Amino acid sequence: MKVDFVHRQSAHCESGVTSSLLQNIGAAKITEPLAFGMGAGLFFAYIPLIKVNNGPAIAFRTFPGLIFKRTCKALGIPIVRKKFNSKAEAEKYLQDALVAGSPVGCQVGVYYLSYFPREYRFHFNAHNLIVFGKEDDNYLISDPIMEFPTTLTTYELERVRFAKGALAPKGQIYYPAKHVDITDDTIRKAIKNGIKLNVNNMLNIPGWFAGVDGIKFTGGRIKKWRNSLGLEKAGLYLAQLVRMQEEIGTGGGGFRYMYGAFLQEAHAFLPNDELLKSSEKFTETGDLWRTSAVLAAGIYKGRLGSQADFNQMGDYLMEIAEIERKAFTELKNIKW
Amino acid sequence: MKKEDVPQDLGSLGKITREVCYATDKDGKYTTQLSSGWEVKAQALDLAWQDIDQRIATAKQRVLNKEASPLLFFMEYRLMDASILADYTGFWQWQIKRHLKPEVFDSLSDKKLQKYAEAFNVKVADLKSMNVHES
Repeated sequence: MKVDFVHRQSAHCESGVTSSLLQNIGAAKITEPLAFGMGAGLFFAYIPLIKVNNGPAIAFRTFPGLIFKRTCKALGIPIVRKKFNSKAEAEKYLQDALVAGSPVGCQVGVYYLSYFPREYRFHFNAHNLIVFGKEDDNYLISDPIMEFPTTLTTYELERVRFAKGALAPKGQIYYPAKHVDITDDTIRKAIKNGIKLNVNNMLNIPGWFAGVDGIKFTGGRIKKWRNSLGLEKAGLYLAQLVRMQEEIGTGGGGFRYMYGAFLQEAHAFLPNDELLKSSEKFTETGDLWRTSAVLAAGIYKGRLGSQADFNQMGDYLMEIAEIERKAFTELKNIKW
Repeated sequence: MKKEDVPQDLGSLGKITREVCYATDKDGKYTTQLSSGWEVKAQALDLAWQDIDQRIATAKQRVLNKEASPLLFFMEYRLMDASILADYTGFWQWQIKRHLKPEVFDSLSDKKLQKYAEAFNVKVADLKSMNVHES
């Protein structure tokens, strides 16, 4: 049993799954950056209370599930999304969807994902992949971060769909409910809507730990890490920041570039040159996130480690916060 | 980032797949480029694993010294804290903390040990002896 489906590799799992599923039902123009932007995917949150592998959680993207939900909603595409208590029921539902011809998005945990190298397997439960068929005991898997399709046995798929811990997927599956013709006008509306939502999330979200204020706050915190945590632990925290920024499923620097790509693609639908100017700003902050990662690596590799290095690290984040604040303010002020 | 600056350092993921990166071409237009990895993040991942390996070794020694039950070793080995283990086993966190004491662990029923063994994906005998067969 195999559904008609083309595997597409992408930079990030959820925006990739979203654009692949939509392109599969005929919305050929919905690229990964467009899905990311319409879904208002860019975000920042520093959540020291949630520990990930003994360090603070730092998110560079919006909450899992929202990109798919918002993008489909903005395009007027009805969706099916289900969670299960029973593993048997979850598998039957998946099989029925495949028989009916729908490739299906699944939220999974990466810890037991057998095709990942062991070094990448943490208890992170918000990875996304597409199941598009079954041959013997093997499910055909399109994991957007992989260059080629792969497989998981029935048992392996069940285990990752029912991973436990924070954000437990509970067998969650989702897919567009039906084929919808999408006009350029709908795309234009969805782009504007996504930008507006992203502006709001980054500029106006309450609290000191999220949005551009959160980036600035984190910069201030980093300056204190050397004294409050000691050099070794501070190094581990910085390595954690870099991993959350650059690794699978998160990708902070990468997300800034993807947003830059989104604004350029948006310009093709809505020729307002402000979009191109803002795009350049996100390229700039993407570069700055990466420059800060290089400095962080100097610290966690033990080449650097003075208070001045930590101050510089914090200043990078503060500079990023200001550029992103300016970019989102410009986007906010666009007269469409 | 410019397309030609997309790093091509071989990381552990790079042996399995290359990753898509969005980068700009010479006209400043966004395009995609495959990357086999970036030294900076490979080192961050290495450091995280050095820390994990260190914690596993410490846990093993503490079990051998009878300061903790083998649960501690497997929790570190499987990167689980009490909250994740509670979700996998159905035990409460306070029960797990109790079971971390060697004398309490030794008195656990086979049924309870079985739950832990399943959560750690090992056999009950291996659970008791801290045997790990897989890489």
